[in-house]
Amino acid sequence: MRISVQNEFFDFSTEIKNFSATLENIGALVTFTGIVRGQKSQTLDYMVIEHYPGMTEKQIHLIVEEAFKRWKISDALVIHRYGKLDPGEPIMMVATAAEHRIEAFEAAEYLMDYLKSKAPFWKKEVLNGEENWVQSASEDETALSRWQ
Amino acid sequence: MVDLIYFSWIRERIGKSGESIETSATTVLELIEELKKKDIRYSEVFSDLGSFRVAINQELADFDASIVEATEIAFFPPMTGG
Repeated sequence: MRISVQNEFFDFSTEIKNFSATLENIGALVTFTGIVRGQKSQTLDYMVIEHYPGMTEKQIHLIVEEAFKRWKISDALVIHRYGKLDPGEPIMMVATAAEHRIEAFEAAEYLMDYLKSKAPFWKKEVLNGEENWVQSASEDETALSRWQ
Repeated sequence: MVDLIYFSWIRERIGKSGESIETSATTVLELIEELKKKDIRYSEVFSDLGSFRVAINQELADFDASIVEATEIAFFPPMTGG
């Protein structure tokens, strides 16, 4: 398990390569990368992500541990950035490895759903110089009900 | 003494990222009522319980949770990670 909460840019191909290098006896590797939308539109200047240092890491640990309990996965990776991010930059990624694809896919989806509404991050968008906190979509919290 | 921490628009509207306070409140709800009496910024921020979440000692908690053992209480909007 590797969890990283960082300001620095990451290259997902390098991360996937490093993650998969340590795995043995797996048959499936699922990855998801979230990217700041809007590189082609003129409106989004940049995004700023705030987080709760200390709690963020603990909370992601709890989420990943729960995924390990629920699915037969061999390993998991979560990287989530904070600070100022430009359109087109990666925000976060998850990777899950398992013997079979169903476990890897479901665990990755579970991680994504929980990271969206149970990890203490708050996104602010700056559009044409105007700052707006991103509203959480009500479907994000209700998405969790399918795992309960 | 308990440390209060504010994030996102709650921090911006209250005008500070946190503060240490003395409180006789025993639950989050009691604490919110106490804060709302401080001044209008607090009463506005905390007027709608559906608009924010709380963590006690860095763990998500309910509004009726006890804060007797709390050293750090954070208030923040629904999270928007991922």
